[in-house]
Amino acid sequence: MTRTLNIKDALNEALRQEMEVDSRIVLMGEDIAGGAGRDDVNPEGTDCWGGVFGVTKDLLGQFGRERVVDTAIAETGFVGAAIGASLVGMRPVVEIMFADFIGTSYDQLLNHAAKLRYMYGGKVSVPIVVRTVTGAGFRAGAEHSQTLYSLYTHVPGLKVVAPSTARDAKGLMLSAIRDPNPVIFMEHKRLYLLDDDVPEEPYTIPFGVARIAREGSDVTIVGVQKMVHTALDAAKVLAEQGIEAEVIDPRTYSPLDEDTILGSVEKTGRLVIVDESHPRCSLPTDISALVADKGFASLRSPIKMVTGPHTPIPFSPPLEDAFIPDPDQIVAAVKSQFEYATT
Amino acid sequence: MTLARETLIDLWTRMIRIRRFEDRVAIIAANNEADGFLHTYSGQEAVAVGVLPLLNDGDAFTSTYRNHGHAIARNIPLDGLAGEVYGKANGVCRGKGGSMHVADQDFGMIGGMGIVAGGLPIATGAAYGYKYLGKDNVSAAFFGDGAVHQGAWHESLDFAALFQCPVIFVCENNLYAESTYIEYHLNAESISAMAAPYGIPAVQIDGMDVFAVRDAMEEAIERGRSGGGPSLIEAMTYRYGGQYEGDNQLYKPAKEVTWWREQDPLLRFRETVDGIIDAAELDAIDEQVQAEVTVAFDVAIAAPWPDVSELTTDVYAPLA
Repeated sequence: MTRTLNIKDALNEALRQEMEVDSRIVLMGEDIAGGAGRDDVNPEGTDCWGGVFGVTKDLLGQFGRERVVDTAIAETGFVGAAIGASLVGMRPVVEIMFADFIGTSYDQLLNHAAKLRYMYGGKVSVPIVVRTVTGAGFRAGAEHSQTLYSLYTHVPGLKVVAPSTARDAKGLMLSAIRDPNPVIFMEHKRLYLLDDDVPEEPYTIPFGVARIAREGSDVTIVGVQKMVHTALDAAKVLAEQGIEAEVIDPRTYSPLDEDTILGSVEKTGRLVIVDESHPRCSLPTDISALVADKGFASLRSPIKMVTGPHTPIPFSPPLEDAFIPDPDQIVAAVKSQFEYATT
Repeated sequence: MTLARETLIDLWTRMIRIRRFEDRVAIIAANNEADGFLHTYSGQEAVAVGVLPLLNDGDAFTSTYRNHGHAIARNIPLDGLAGEVYGKANGVCRGKGGSMHVADQDFGMIGGMGIVAGGLPIATGAAYGYKYLGKDNVSAAFFGDGAVHQGAWHESLDFAALFQCPVIFVCENNLYAESTYIEYHLNAESISAMAAPYGIPAVQIDGMDVFAVRDAMEEAIERGRSGGGPSLIEAMTYRYGGQYEGDNQLYKPAKEVTWWREQDPLLRFRETVDGIIDAAELDAIDEQVQAEVTVAFDVAIAAPWPDVSELTTDVYAPLA
């Protein structure tokens, strides 16, 4: 049975359902329950926050502080502890409150979680999920708004997941928890309240399989997480002008579904990649290189990237709005491709 | 001496095995017979051998890039260790880790970490896992004196204290953070004193005396297994080699080297067991160990390189 849920609640349901059947799972992070140490103020099992975005709300009441663990503000400590706990049989799901805080935990992810299996000759695996929150548009300033997809995708040994719908969020989260490898699970803070039809029963969505969000024959637009929706908005405008865009959501960046992207470009002959991240060494440059290498013969015009600029993310609302790609930029990029094709 | 004779023999065997293995590694390095960064453990044998034989099956520990001694103290076979030094297919990690990343979880060795203090959060997490899973296991984390400046060090003690994890932090204080002397780099009175603000029981002990190390570890393990949380042991020791093989060691005063050589853990052991075990018996074990080391390196040298197809394996664990 399906019903309407937003991404936040779909993730909450995924965590709850998997915790109910697998006692090895603990959630760890900063204020994921909230109010630790003041259980005297509220009835037992009351979480004050449930995480700053409420993704883990009410899980404390069902699972207790043993399994919904508020840590100190120390990402290296608790991410590393999750790695160690996973090595002795647990399935930790940790939350890094904002993806920007990667800096304070990155050594444990980059040099340990990602590498232990390889450098120790394949005898161990690190089944952890690191949930983290991405994205601009929240008036959160330069240190609480980044996406940083490529900083994780670059590292062999990590898997990188970034859903853009509630249905995908639930299915990918269940796959992430069951995966024997470290998975970076990126949740966009501006998508948490987006509704979708979500099956009630547990289900998984495999990694490395893109979702075609809209079918079309004239141009392929790959959207990165929230930009899937921006691309869909652009596709509506393009359709009014007689251009049918195919919009692809890769859903996972490591592994990446190369075949779906290449197959679509083979059909359309044009590729635009849209990402709110900074442009250099990014998913758009990565996907561009893929298609330039393996899909060159299909291309009828240059590949276009629509991204944020190579700047930190500003606070001032008009500046931040200008940072984030909008449908008009996508439409302009597509039209430039058609102009190229006709010259 | 309350230890059984076979325990004494076992401690001696593990210590002399480390020394003879590292003697060979130093020669290999001097002759450029192997690639890579090599860090020898000679001088610190009493720490590994005081600590590691006390771990039970199911316990685990993290190590550092100076890990050969830890592997040998857990009785990881020497041929696999020698193979890993060369990067051969018979290495304990099939050559993919190298000297700095020796690991064998079947012996409780999570592995050697190349990042200073990188193993502490992981060992702490293993202890957290034991506690959560209701096991009475403990974990240990080795680190050098240079590690205490890392945020990871602080965050590990902090986490272990907050959740009362049964982890034993074992500092091998060999007075040098790479080439930097402890009196320059350490702001605290001692490393053991740095545990106090976390409420973690700590002792500073003679790390050249395997029995002193063992006593401290027994107490820490008892605390961990009985629900008493983390401990820290600061073992004062000395590395005879450089930070790495090839280090000029110009920073070490000759007088200091001489003084510590007089505290040699093998010498100290002989003194302690004088009258209990014949020197000739210890010498015989030494000779036997030297033969083992020779065989182990012969095996490693004769072993094949890993097949190039191994380059891309083991990056991800397969889905169940």
